[in-house]
Amino acid sequence: MPIIVVEVMPKAELLDPAGKAVAGALARLGGTPFSDVRIGKRFELTVDGPVDDATLAAARELADDLLSNSVIEDVVSVRVADE
Amino acid sequence: MTRIGVITFPGSLDDRDAQRAIRLAGAEPVALWHGNHDLEGVDALVLPGGFSYGDYLRCGAIASLSPIMDEVVDAANQGMPILGICNGFQMLVEARLLPGGLVRNDHGSFICRDQRLLVENNSTAWTNGFESGAEIIIPLKNGEGGYIADAETIARLEGEGRVVFRYLEVNPNGSLNDIAGIANERGNVVGLMPHPEHATEEGFGPDTHAAMRNGTDGLTFFTSALRTLTLA
Repeated sequence: MPIIVVEVMPKAELLDPAGKAVAGALARLGGTPFSDVRIGKRFELTVDGPVDDATLAAARELADDLLSNSVIEDVVSVRVADE
Repeated sequence: MTRIGVITFPGSLDDRDAQRAIRLAGAEPVALWHGNHDLEGVDALVLPGGFSYGDYLRCGAIASLSPIMDEVVDAANQGMPILGICNGFQMLVEARLLPGGLVRNDHGSFICRDQRLLVENNSTAWTNGFESGAEIIIPLKNGEGGYIADAETIARLEGEGRVVFRYLEVNPNGSLNDIAGIANERGNVVGLMPHPEHATEEGFGPDTHAAMRNGTDGLTFFTSALRTLTLA
């Protein structure tokens, strides 16, 4: 069955203490080329039947209404997962 | 006797404490269940603290879609006094009965302390028993209590006097403008992160300058609601 992937990230201007803690651990590891980490969420919605424009629109609506809170987060992607 | 409902959600922790506070204030507590579409005719409501649904998705987000929340939203719009404490505050913002949101504490840790607060608005349904500018001590315990909103919302809350409580001495979680609690436009819906139900009986309250565990400033929240309902 097809899967729609929704990705949600904390707003860029907000502190992301969890990401910051991981970034701190990276710094202690040393020797990585990575300077920052931000942690978001990935939702996988299993679709009962084929995905059409209406299904994607329903997924976008769900992403805006329930899966994210626009005060603190941005929906960065709603797409059909690769097979 | 005035009846004040306390809604228990899966993962509520302080529902019994809220019931006890209501009893100490002289009202009858009514235990309500999240899964029912029934407020059982109560005169006011408390959404208690805890970790509903394990804080999955976002704090309060799943609880804000509980069956009983349809009735809570209707009651709020009709002017019923509703108090959201900690996780209950998070539910009220997720249900969009109050603006803004609550995010993880800026220092990244859970915090538990006896918190000094300034009562800035004593005209709400839950604060009318306080003097304006009163300083009170209420226990605070949260991991995600940082209040945020966009600049326009913050300006509106400040301009309309809807910042009801402000943290004094220490900002424990990075809340914008030291905001500890807010009200809706009508003043019947109030949400705050600290726990007034834990400061209602001497010997079991927060430490104050006078003595250990003798703080009872939280009782005034509940007697204020009683007064609101008596005057109504």
